[in-house]
Amino acid sequence: MTNPKKVYDVAVVGAGAVGAAIARELSKYDLECILLEAKSDVGAGTSKANTAIWHTGFDAKTGSLEQKLLTRGYELLLDYVPEAGIPHEKSGAVLIAWNEDQFNSLEGILEKAHKNGVTDVHLLSVEQVYELEPHVNSGALGGLMVPGESIICPFTVPLAFASQAVLNDVDLLLDFPIEKIVENKDSYILSGTGGEVRSRYIINSAGLNSDVIDRMFGFDRFQVTPRRGELIVFDKLALHLVNHVLLPVPTAITKGVLVSPTVFGNIMLGPTAEDLDDKEETSTSADGLEFLWKKGEGIISQLLDEEITSTYAGLRAATDHSDYQIYLHSDKRYVCVGGIRSTGLSSSLGIAEYVLELLKEAGVTLIKKEDFKSIKMPYIGQKEERPYQSEELIAQNKDYGRIVCHCERVTLAEIKNALHGPIPAITLDGLRRRTRCMQGRCQGFHCSADVNEIFELEIERIECGGGQ
Amino acid sequence: MKVFNTDVLIIGAGPAGMAAALQLTQMGIQDIIIVDRDTQAGGVPRLCNHLGFGMRDIHRVLSGPSYAESYLKKIKNSSIQLLTETTVTEWIDEKKIKITSPKGIHTIDAKAILLATGCRERPRSARLIPGYRPQGIYNTGSLQDYVHGYKEEVGKSAVIIGAELVSYSAIHTLSKAGCKIKLMATEFDKHQIYMPYLPFKWWSSGLLPKIPLKKNSIVTNIYGKQRVTGIDLVNKKTGKKKHIACDTVVFTGDWIPDHEMARLGTIEIDDKTKGPVVDAQLRTSKEGIFAAGNLLRGSEPGDVAALEGRHAAQSIEYYLKNGGWYKDRIKIIVTEPLKWISPNSVDLGSSGLPMNRFLFRVNDFIKNKTFIVRQGETVLYRKKYSTIGPNYSRKIDAQWINNINSTEPISISLE
Ligand SMILES: Cc1cc2nc3c(=O)[nH]c(=O)nc-3n(C[C@H](O)[C@H](O)[C@H](O)COP(=O)(O)OP(=O)(O)OC[C@H]3O[C@@H](n4cnc5c(N)ncnc54)[C@H](O)[C@@H]3O)c2cc1C
Ligand SMILES: Cc1cc2nc3c(=O)[nH]c(=O)nc-3n(C[C@H](O)[C@H](O)[C@H](O)COP(=O)(O)OP(=O)(O)OC[C@H]3O[C@@H](n4cnc5c(N)ncnc54)[C@H](O)[C@@H]3O)c2cc1C
Repeated sequence: MTNPKKVYDVAVVGAGAVGAAIARELSKYDLECILLEAKSDVGAGTSKANTAIWHTGFDAKTGSLEQKLLTRGYELLLDYVPEAGIPHEKSGAVLIAWNEDQFNSLEGILEKAHKNGVTDVHLLSVEQVYELEPHVNSGALGGLMVPGESIICPFTVPLAFASQAVLNDVDLLLDFPIEKIVENKDSYILSGTGGEVRSRYIINSAGLNSDVIDRMFGFDRFQVTPRRGELIVFDKLALHLVNHVLLPVPTAITKGVLVSPTVFGNIMLGPTAEDLDDKEETSTSADGLEFLWKKGEGIISQLLDEEITSTYAGLRAATDHSDYQIYLHSDKRYVCVGGIRSTGLSSSLGIAEYVLELLKEAGVTLIKKEDFKSIKMPYIGQKEERPYQSEELIAQNKDYGRIVCHCERVTLAEIKNALHGPIPAITLDGLRRRTRCMQGRCQGFHCSADVNEIFELEIERIECGGGQ
Repeated sequence: MKVFNTDVLIIGAGPAGMAAALQLTQMGIQDIIIVDRDTQAGGVPRLCNHLGFGMRDIHRVLSGPSYAESYLKKIKNSSIQLLTETTVTEWIDEKKIKITSPKGIHTIDAKAILLATGCRERPRSARLIPGYRPQGIYNTGSLQDYVHGYKEEVGKSAVIIGAELVSYSAIHTLSKAGCKIKLMATEFDKHQIYMPYLPFKWWSSGLLPKIPLKKNSIVTNIYGKQRVTGIDLVNKKTGKKKHIACDTVVFTGDWIPDHEMARLGTIEIDDKTKGPVVDAQLRTSKEGIFAAGNLLRGSEPGDVAALEGRHAAQSIEYYLKNGGWYKDRIKIIVTEPLKWISPNSVDLGSSGLPMNRFLFRVNDFIKNKTFIVRQGETVLYRKKYSTIGPNYSRKIDAQWINNINSTEPISISLE
């Protein structure tokens, strides 16, 4: 499908939240761009398996690049999220101190938050903590409120960015792992099992492989260590137990384990933090799950009586540095965007804006397109109206009244829609992320065979040339 | 949004819901709506393509689909309104609910509601089994859907987790699909089957002896990034770990009632059964709302669910005629090794006809114990058992509820 002769202006390697945000930003300008992704879908790496908190950056290291881009990213998302229809809720976060040590560090966190420009952060008395969160265990000593911390849909974020980029003429190649990059006069040839692509500029946003790509340019400045984070997701019927993101008070060693509602209406417990060697080791472990169980017991023991919906693990692209690894090499026409460890979902738009500044600095001419198109994503959260609740939609198309996945109340029309559009799902996992089907409490006991059948029939129809 | 008014709304057209609806018509109540979210009514039996349904309710032995069909035929020839592809999504009022269907969004306002929403098997995730999340992991329910519903291929080599009645449905289904069964694994030291169960006897003589049973074993890991490549089984007694190569794993049993509607309606849930607390008249904690079938406590044979449906119908009829609800509901408390009892409360006032039996389960194999029902110091009932095992229910006679004369809590133990 690729035109081996065509030379793109910019190629973005890796379509996670970060790469997709960069591609979207690029698509505002008169440039020929391409987004290259090794997996069969965008957002199928670390971006799909995290805690999905839209961070304010209140506790980021003041003055670091991460803090700067997180603050900016947070701000940019405020406008983008409603515009693109990304499920989100401004839940606010509560840090609860369970011991003297934690209690004593609250002041310092408050100070830092204010320094970072997150000025609405304030201390909570014990009474206030229990008023806000009546179901947490007894024994809290006090807390801190971060009103701006929010929850967001991790699946829709990269999909929205990438879909909008595609809508605005960025080419997207999936199943296209880059294995080799060679310079050829004033452009590069990027190649791998998927084929070959040429581009003048390259942006490396390959997440866990950002170090590997960086080395292809002759650098050896950071090493990505996959830091596994395991999570347990509890049933939606547990939602009433938790009102805010319950953040642990960070200590010197780790950010700790949080309990948080999700935009789908579940409660999540996690993550763990464990350094591994294998960049694909996204399995859960007995030790990890047991650790979380104990942690959960210590925060909100009532939660453990509820059913578990799922467990999963994600890998942070941790490096031997504490800050983001973003570098411009004008001479090489190369930007490295690596080590976006544990805040990339929130900072993605900030990073994208920053990368465009770097490209400008490198001499890329940026002329704004006049007809930059906006996008509206299908809503899969729990807070606003879903298609099964809309008389109007069902009147237009009966398939919106046909619920296929009962736990998540996903309709036939939504499933079919997800197999079309700017970036259609081409795998069942992709379908899951776009619609929520099979992601609920029964994990497909009731609907997986039905969904599978619908998927296969529709894919067959599309392959035979059928449109929507 | 249209409002439908009806005497009785039944949520779920499985054996419990269908049997209840038919019983109601026989008692002269004709204004009944039964809704089911599936495209076809019939509940789980529709996809159980094996013999073993109907002994106790229709006194025949049929396959699941024929069994469901025999009920549906009668429903079609009655005044009952059956709405399929219709999901009850929320409660609007005490006895008023909202539905979504291809026809739109409507409300049903009923004088009485029967919840008969069934149950499901706990998926692998809910059992907190670590490892990857590859394809090839099923429950018996989803496996049946693939094989009987869509004639899909499953894998080539399977391990079945569990050795109870439903696990044998998994054997049956896998065999039909041409999948080799490597072994069954159970956390107990033998099969958990109530021997008098006839259909089991029939075919246990055939297939079962050929399938090795790994005893005292639990799954500790699942391997495979795309498709299952194997699992680890650990022997609980010896601690020995064994890797089993396979491309399919079926997690059977471990039932959880589909109690979403019950809980959304803030109906009291029993912490043992995870189904609604009901008295022997199958009345829930909310006036006018009844529950029957597998929603009560997980899976029993379909005919047991159907008989409960019939019983609920009698209580509903009584309620529609006489009104009122239970007076003093006494919760029945069970202690280990008892797992649950169903129904799990009794009404001292005893208005209406109570069921004539209770079902109970235990957590482990138990030898030579006496089942004792007490209210304070008074022993209301006792029965000796030589053996009882986990994962199947035993029945006790309900006569003793006539001897209750105070509101003191009732406790049951095995001693
Ligand atoms: C447990 C956990 C919890 C987290 N919680 C939060 C949170 O609450 N809030 C928050 O903001 N952030 C959170 N994060 C961090 C966030 O998920 C990441 O920072 C973000 O997803 C990184 O996006 P990315 O695009 O850099 O990486 P990825 O999403 O990994 O994308 C990189 C992409 O590059 C592709 N790729 C790799 N190599 C190649 C190649 N050679 N050729 C082509 N493509 C390639 C990969 O397939 C992948 O899709 C969390 C992370 C984890 C693991
Ligand atoms: C694998 C397997 C094998 C079995 N083999 C046998 C056997 O050989 N012999 C035997 O006697 N029994 C067998 N059983 C058990 C038998 O199928 C069940 O006991 C019986 O189906 C229970 O009936 P029910 O009406 O309680 O629930 P179900 O049959 O589960 O029916 C519940 C119905 O409620 C509907 N529903 C749920 N929620 C809603 C909602 N919100 N809105 C609308 N509708 C809703 C569902 O779609 C479903 O149709 C087997 C069960 C399984 C899983």
